[in-house]
Amino acid sequence: MSITYTRKPHPKEKRLVFKNVDREGWSTDIETYLADGGYEDLRKAITMEKVDIVNQVKASALRGRGGAGFPCGVKWGFIRPDEKRPIYLICNADESEPGTFKDRYIIYQDPHQLIEGIIISCFALRVELAYIYIRGEFPEGAKILEKAIAEAREKGFLGKNYLDTGCNLEIYIHRGAGAYICGEETGLIESLEGKRAYPRIKPPYFPAALGLYQCPTIVNNVETLCNIKHIVNMGGEEYAKLGRPNNTGTRVLCVSGDVQKPGYYELEVGAVTMGELLNDICGGPRPGRKFKAIIPGGSSAKVLRADETYKIKNRQPDGSSTEKVIGFEEIIMDFDSLAAVGSMAGSGGVIVLDDSRDMVWALNNINEFYAHESCGQCTPCREGSLWMKKMTDRLLKGGGVETDPETLKDVADNIAGKTICAFGEACSWPTQSFVAKFREEFAEKSTKPLPPPTPPEYLPELLESEKPIKTLQSPESSVRPGEEIALKGSTAE
Amino acid sequence: MDIPKELEARIDEVITHYPVSKRSAALPLLHLLQEHFGFISKEAIPWIANKLELQPINIFELVTFYPMFRQEKAGKHHIRICRTLSCAMAGGYELMDQMCKAARIDRSHSGGHGNPVAVSEDGQYSIEFVECLASCGTGPVCMVNDDFYEGVKEEEVPKILEKYQ
Repeated sequence: MSITYTRKPHPKEKRLVFKNVDREGWSTDIETYLADGGYEDLRKAITMEKVDIVNQVKASALRGRGGAGFPCGVKWGFIRPDEKRPIYLICNADESEPGTFKDRYIIYQDPHQLIEGIIISCFALRVELAYIYIRGEFPEGAKILEKAIAEAREKGFLGKNYLDTGCNLEIYIHRGAGAYICGEETGLIESLEGKRAYPRIKPPYFPAALGLYQCPTIVNNVETLCNIKHIVNMGGEEYAKLGRPNNTGTRVLCVSGDVQKPGYYELEVGAVTMGELLNDICGGPRPGRKFKAIIPGGSSAKVLRADETYKIKNRQPDGSSTEKVIGFEEIIMDFDSLAAVGSMAGSGGVIVLDDSRDMVWALNNINEFYAHESCGQCTPCREGSLWMKKMTDRLLKGGGVETDPETLKDVADNIAGKTICAFGEACSWPTQSFVAKFREEFAEKSTKPLPPPTPPEYLPELLESEKPIKTLQSPESSVRPGEEIALKGSTAE
Repeated sequence: MDIPKELEARIDEVITHYPVSKRSAALPLLHLLQEHFGFISKEAIPWIANKLELQPINIFELVTFYPMFRQEKAGKHHIRICRTLSCAMAGGYELMDQMCKAARIDRSHSGGHGNPVAVSEDGQYSIEFVECLASCGTGPVCMVNDDFYEGVKEEEVPKILEKYQ
């Protein structure tokens, strides 16, 4: 049976996780999902040994799709097989990295795929209580997932002794309330415990040691958990054949900004270069424009200049390495290649800026985001993110000083690595890279004079009070203070 | 503060989702009360604290931390407009101006994001800027109450508002 789509995928795409997104005749209903072979992978998983599923995930070399790209199998491996405490699983659906919009489509269009992925993961990790932490801005998504969970429970895929496995599982939806920091896994756990989302001090580095309610906890991204279902279906080894070594599987890349066809594209990791993605798949720059800058992995990733060249080291089989100079169009879109050019694949959100864009304006917008979203726990980040915003703001409006670009870099350098969580890096990397790579624009703006002062707003009653006031000293005045009011009062009568 | 029976039943049901610690139910309860009353009132905070066997400060600190909770009344219909980079490039700020004009809202006395939220004189609409709504490919995007609108063009603005009377 061939699948038709309302929005046709690009021929280079490999639809695995996004198989049912924009699919014709598709609905979020469980019957639709079951008719398409849904929950068959769960039925397969429960016939497998639990440790075997974990080993399959390890063999798949799946890397987390949330941003850090940490190997999922390694994370799962931190759970001890003889663990006596309860183990929790949390699905991180707090998608909030600017430029990323893949999880929205999975949740809104294919919720059962996610639920199936979660149930398989919970079975493998002996989890009896799982939460989906969904961002507050997806109220409809929360309802869709709640309905999907109810349907799955009705069919016996969830609950006490689900599918006669002798295991129990409950999944609940937990809605966030608009805080970006809840995407940080320990911040998310704090938030789920009913507290402010202050990320926890490391070590322990992983909630697998101490997580929700001080118990071992696995936190995985929506797309990662969906991939678990496909790993069980294909087998870890087979899944690892997709993509490139150490960068396996498929990945949903979200392209936004100044391209002709922005959108989501599911591709084998590293199957295309940046040039192929932006020019062939996304239709290139807008008419008459050319690319100026690319932020390749969500707004936290360091910006890449379109006219820059990058030195890439290629490992040879004999252990030696050769150096190659490439342009941005030749950068392969995978975890390791983007790290090699000094940025990151992050959450897969590619933001493109063309030559009509003012880089100071763009950085100011990003800085406003981070200044607003800093949780306020660590001083360098709380104060620094706001100062960076204030400085880019005055560069933009006028009134900056010539040392501002230098000071911006200095502030950013003093945040990265000096905070509890990775937000410190996330907020300083844009500033560091924008200032370093577009120095000339920042230098030019720093000499912009102060804008003329805006005239103060006068209220009518203030204008009234500017009439000359009669005083004791004025010779022409025959009325003494106090008398005037008394006189007024008498005339009113 | 009057809590209807159905709402209290719903609240009690939600608390059962957190068998390990009742405190976890703080955010869901805040959501439920804000949905019902439109904002988190001074009375709501101790009420939730009491329900979850906490101190009022444990709830108040959440209201001041999470941007979605507000302590003052918003309009009958609340509009959220995304201001982050991709939407700003696609015209998020212009959308804000168009929405304000169509809804007759004066935003000049609101802070950057909208604190306090700007409300139209008739109390029909209120508006604020929010950070990334996760639909960057189809900017500019906005939400009216729980409904989501993407790729909003200037001429669509009055039609969107018409649906919310």
